[in-house]
Parts: sequence; structure tokens; C-alpha cells
Amino acid sequence: MRTRKVNMIISLVTIMGGMALVVACGQRNATTVIEGDAAEQVYIAPGEYDEFYAFLSGGFSGQITVYGLPSGRLLREVPVFSQYPENGYGYSEESKPMFNTSYGFVPWDDSHHIELSQQNGEFDGRWLFVNGNNTPRIARVDLSTFETVEILEIPDVAGLHCAPFITENSEYLVSGTRFSIPIPQKDVPIDTYKENFKGLINYVSLDQDHGTMELAFQIEMPGFNYDLARNGKAVSHGWSFLTTYNSEQAHSLLEVNASQKDKDLMAIINWKKAEEYVAAGKFTERPTSYYHNLMDESTGIAHSQEMKMTRILKPEDCPEMVYFIPVPKSPHGCDVDPSGEYIVGNGKLSADMSVYSFSKIMKAIEEKNFDGEIEGIPVINYDAGLHGILQKPGLGPLHTEFDEGGNAYTTFFISSEVVKWNVDNLEILDREATFYSPGHLVIPGGETRKPEGKYLVAMNKITKDRYLPTGPELAHSAQLFDISGDKMKLLLDFPTKGEPHYAQAIRADKVKPNSKKFYNIEENAHPYATLGESKTKVVREGDEVHVYMTAMRSHLAPDNIEGFKVGDKVFFHVTNLEQDWDVPHGFAIQGATNAELLVMPGQTKTLLWEPKKVGVYAFYCTDFCSALHQEMSGYARVSAKGADVPLKWGLNETLRENQEQAEKFYEQLENKSK
Amino acid sequence: MKKRILPLILLVTSLISSCGSGGGGEEKKTDTGTEIKSELPSSIQEGKGVGGITDVELSDEPDAAMVAEGQAIYDMKCASCHKLTDQRVVGPGFQGVTNRRKPEWIMNMITNTDVMLDKDPEAQKLLEECLTRMPNQNVKEKDARDILEFLRRNDLDKTGEKDGAI
Repeated sequence: MRTRKVNMIISLVTIMGGMALVVACGQRNATTVIEGDAAEQVYIAPGEYDEFYAFLSGGFSGQITVYGLPSGRLLREVPVFSQYPENGYGYSEESKPMFNTSYGFVPWDDSHHIELSQQNGEFDGRWLFVNGNNTPRIARVDLSTFETVEILEIPDVAGLHCAPFITENSEYLVSGTRFSIPIPQKDVPIDTYKENFKGLINYVSLDQDHGTMELAFQIEMPGFNYDLARNGKAVSHGWSFLTTYNSEQAHSLLEVNASQKDKDLMAIINWKKAEEYVAAGKFTERPTSYYHNLMDESTGIAHSQEMKMTRILKPEDCPEMVYFIPVPKSPHGCDVDPSGEYIVGNGKLSADMSVYSFSKIMKAIEEKNFDGEIEGIPVINYDAGLHGILQKPGLGPLHTEFDEGGNAYTTFFISSEVVKWNVDNLEILDREATFYSPGHLVIPGGETRKPEGKYLVAMNKITKDRYLPTGPELAHSAQLFDISGDKMKLLLDFPTKGEPHYAQAIRADKVKPNSKKFYNIEENAHPYATLGESKTKVVREGDEVHVYMTAMRSHLAPDNIEGFKVGDKVFFHVTNLEQDWDVPHGFAIQGATNAELLVMPGQTKTLLWEPKKVGVYAFYCTDFCSALHQEMSGYARVSAKGADVPLKWGLNETLRENQEQAEKFYEQLENKSK
Repeated sequence: MKKRILPLILLVTSLISSCGSGGGGEEKKTDTGTEIKSELPSSIQEGKGVGGITDVELSDEPDAAMVAEGQAIYDMKCASCHKLTDQRVVGPGFQGVTNRRKPEWIMNMITNTDVMLDKDPEAQKLLEECLTRMPNQNVKEKDARDILEFLRRNDLDKTGEKDGAI
């Protein structure tokens, strides 16, 4: 990873020659003078709340993290694409199906881009979407619970980096393949790339009430690398813009071979037109395989469904649906300003940045001002679509976000800075060094129609000397800037988890009021829920044993169980009977080879335990829940396979053998004092 | 004897709670327990606790339908900690509760648990005995009324007497 970055830096510096030295000079001071009131600006007094939630992708951790702004305090890590032993996500029987894919059970991914749901071009605080890069997937997190509730695999793509970009009313998530591949997959020589490899651009539709994802259609494109995208908004609503690199169609040493041409391309897609073609049946159905994993709200159980067909639109069959426009040198980010009129192509190997005008692009299309075509896709004349060029803003422009005052903020990886510029007149207004080499940046609402340009967070790829060293591996760093004035002002450094790529930030009052405090136990429809201690029981079905267990401060019921046998598959179905905020109970048992469970109030979760050795094993609550938390424990007795020890259980009683006895036990207990 | 001790306990517990409450302006530092006691809300002084329940009307015979509803909620949300005998498990046993506490106190304890534990001296005394904070089990007022009916039935069955605290 580091080596790749270093190589990239070296090669880019070589390409750029002395210019790099000139720009970088004087900016790379390791310490920065912070103005006097910076600490006050980020200080959130004990008991007070941050103004914004910031959701950061976790990169190779596969998860997302939630920070408060402006404090930079880590509020929570939400597991998405990676198993999480801390709470049993991906280990519990309920959540295991979330990791089903056409490649089998895949418990890791590389999460990149956060997208919050929108209405009328503004964040609505309902859902968060994030992509899995390696096994192409898109996940949905419910922002009332901060839990991953859905994962949809995207078929026939490779490296879903260019994802999941949302439209302004959450109609679609658009995504594109990072690597082109043979479709359908087949055994061919790699050097037949040009003839056999294709790229797909994918549209996932969203159910407006529940957020449920469905793969609506895929557009078959030339075999390039599709990198990043944004959808139009306001005037450009109905269109998508996707950058591509490797229009050279190289398949080896891309570092050199995919950087040959002076210009690569931006794909411009009229998705409303595509919708019409789908409605008119202009697609072909292609057999494929991909998984859709959805958490049932009432049971908390995820179910997987294998999907076997996809709808493909081909540009040559669907005129006026797809166009290209040239973008200088291997563009990366592709960002649309709040008005929807300007589209910024961040050519990462170019010294200049191209800013396009949507109305000019439309005019060029109308006038058919094309410079030929690629595989039947018209290429719009570069100058005809151009609003203007931002000249020599810095080196290695990657990503741009916007404020509400007509300004753009772009990260420059090589010259390690954020540059503020005016979108309309293309004038550079300010530049601030970052430490070091920022990738994405985020402004609350900075990709919507309504930015709230108070803060900017730059997410730096290289940390070096910013924190106390922790061996060869350092946490990545984020830097918070105040952008409310004419000049940006550095306020705070904070370490981040994994490798945050993109992030989005939203005003806290759009999320906080909807935050769920517990699951209503009356609505718990889990088939193994135990709704009351008198209903606890243990049931054997052959080698499977189901323990219907409850948790309440400060005991588990039952807490003594006998009659397990070596070789059994024991399912502990633990129901947390609490109906109070912030009282999860944990469940762990010695010899479990998976993880623990954390069960939220009102929920039922299941841990599979397969005892391998005879003995008596302790189980206990892992989440400190009360003064008597240490007492919240129990024993499970495991006998030899074939032993005649009967199945018995109880809590503070003579162990009972069946449910009839259990009911009698409670009656007797009540009658004792009569 | 018991009644003489009560003001002292009230004095001690209210001092503790006034320390923890961050110094609400209403409390006066005085030497005598009676004056501090008079600072407590009148509902607490009347033994009704504190919360939205100020007046409960009871029929003489427990309503069978409400008793059944109350038992179902008890089974799901209460039985882990409160047995129907006088045996204390996590919380006190329920036997005789309607003879010790007014119906308003019982329903306030169920529906307004956190505030009761912070303000009501009797609830605080129970917390000191049990050492586990009673959780807010999110019981609606109607459900709390059904639970009360179930507790009245339980007392009648177990002790032959109910509503003894009214």
C-alpha cells in the first residue's frame, strides 16, 4: 500500500518536473501555528453534543465510523462488510446471511464511499449507503439504529470503487466497475483485453418508504476503468457523470500504460432516458448470479436470496442515453456543484482542472458537436462542453466539495493541500497545507444542493509525524478546518480508523431525534424469542439443542443447564427483556469458536456453541450492566456423547426437565406462601 | 417504632439527593427534618410518589380481564426480578405490595421509574436495599393499571387482603 503510494509520488513528481518543487516549497512544515481560539471552537463541554454527525468509511477495515464535529470525537464504529466480534455481527446466526455472496461467505470488504439518502437534493437522515470494493456490494445502514440492514451484491463487475452515488430524491444509486472483465466471466488470455473485456455501469433503485435496494438495470460500456461518479442535481437532475481512466485499455503496468493519453473521458448518462428504454423493453436479460441480503425488521434475522437475472442496456441499441467528453489525464473525482450547472473533472495527473458546464454540454449534444464516437457512443467536443480551466491550482487534484457561497474546495494529493476557488470565475482564493496527502474531503452537505459550509474535514492518507508513533503502522489522520471566513483555518487533528475514503456529514438534528433507544419487545417476532422468564426452556431436536434464554439485570435464565453432549450443536437464543436505553446484555461461553453476542434491549440474538470436551463450562454477561454484573453468569454441563444425563435446566431451583414442569414450577413458587 | 425512624431516613436520603441534584434553588439548608420534608412534593408526602398518576379509582373486586392483561405484561417485563411471593430476588417480592403502597405510588414507580428513584424517599430506600436500579421497562399507563389490578388479585389470593395502604 505504502509502496504503491510512494511509487505514485515518485512517478508523478518525475512527470511534473520542477513544478512540484516550486509548489510544494514552503508548505510542508510539520507543525502549524494554530490561532488562539481554535481549541475553544472544537471544545464540546461535558454533557453537550456536537453539531454534526460525520460518517467516515473505514476502507480496508470494511466498516464505517461515526464522529462528532467539531470535536472529532469517535462516537461509534458500525460494522458493515467485516465480521465484528465485539458485538457478534457476522457471527450471530441472525447476521451471518449478510455476508452471503455469489462467491460464498465473504466476511471482509474494502469500504469506500458514504452516501446519505436525499430528498430534493438535501440529506434527509434516513439511510446511509456504502460500497464494498473487492466483492462488489452496496450496503444500507438504518440511521435510526445505526445497524447494517441490507447488502446487495452487484454482478459482473470487478472492484466496485465507483459507488454508490445517489440521485437527489434517492431514486437510484449509480455505480461503475473499476476493472473491466470478460462478461460473462470466461477463461481467456489476459492480452485479449480489448476484444473480450467490458465495463458495466449499474443503477440500483431504492424503495422510497423502506430504502430497499433492487438492481434496476446495467449499461454495458467499453472496457475502461470507471472511477468515480456524481449525479446531476437541480438543472442537471436526471443525468449521471462518471470519470474513467485507462481509456488506453492497458492490462499491465497501468501506472505507466494507463497514463499515455493526454485525455481520458467522462461518461455522461441520461438515466431518465435509460428508464424509458427499460420500460420499453429495450434491454436484454442475461443470466447471472448475485445475492441480496436483507434484515427483517420484526425478527432481526437476515435472509439471503440468490438473484439469477440482470437487465442489460447497450448504448448502440439506445441512442441519446450515453455520451463521453474528454477529461485531461486520468481523472479521479467528478463533482457537481450545488446548482447542478458545473461539473468538476479532477484530472489527477494534470496541472490544470477542467470545469464543465451542464448547459453547454446539453447544447453540444443538441447541436451534435461531436468528435467521433467510441463503440457507438458519441464523444462531445471538449471545448464545447467546457466552462473553463482552473489553471495550476496545485498538484494531483483528487476531490472537490462545495460551500453555499459558490466556492469549491479541492484536495491536492501531491502538493498536500486544500485549495479554495470560485466556481464561476475560476479564481483561486486560498490554500492551506494538510498533513499529509489528502484523499477525499467533506463539508457537511458539501455534495448536495444545500451545503452548510462551516467546517471542512480533509482525510489524509499519510500521517508520518502527527501523533505519538505506534510502530510502523500509524492511524490515518483527519484535519478539521473552519471555512466560515474568507480564509480556511486549521482547528484540529484527529486519528481515524482503517482508511477513511469518502465521508459525509449531516446536521445532528436530522438524525438524533429518530435515534432508537431500544427495540419494543412487544414487536419482537423472532421465532426463538423468549418473551418472559417463565417461558425459558431448553429443547433438544436430535443433535441440535435450542436454549430459550432471557437476560435481565442481573441474571440469565436459565443459568444452570445439564444434558448437553459432546458433538451437539447448541443454539443460545438470548432475549434481552430490558426496555431501557443503553442496557445491552452480552453473552459469552467458554469454548465458543466464534464470538460473543451483544443483545440490545428487546432483541433476540443467537450464538452457536459446539462443545468439544466433557466438563462444566461457564457462561456470562460481557457488558457491565449493573452492580451485580459479575454475578450474571451460569454453568453448562457437557456429558460424553451417548451418556444418559437428561436435559435439565433451571434458575435458583431444582432443575426441571420439560416445559410442563417449568410451568408447574412457577405455579408452585406462587403457592408456596399460601 | 417504625414511624419514628422514617423522618430520619427521609432526612438522610433527601440530603443525599440534594447533593447529587446539582443544587436546585428551592432547597433550604435547615437543621430540622420536618422542614426539609415539607419541601418534598405533596404527592410524595401523601405516599403517592411522583409522576403522571395522581388519582386511581379502584373497583372493589379486581377486574378479571384487567388481571389477565396485567399478568401477561408482568410475565414479559417484570417477572425476571419480582416474584409473586414475598421472596426478594433482584427486586422485592410483590406479595402484599398493595397493602404497603398506594396505587398511585405503584403506578408511578412502574411508569416514571427514573424520577421516582431520584426523588421518592421510599423508592430510594428500596434501591439501597436491592442495589440494582429498577429499569424503566417502557410500560404505558394503561398497562401499568392492568399490572396494578393483577397485583391486587395476587394480594387477595396470597394474603386475603388488598388495598391496605389506602
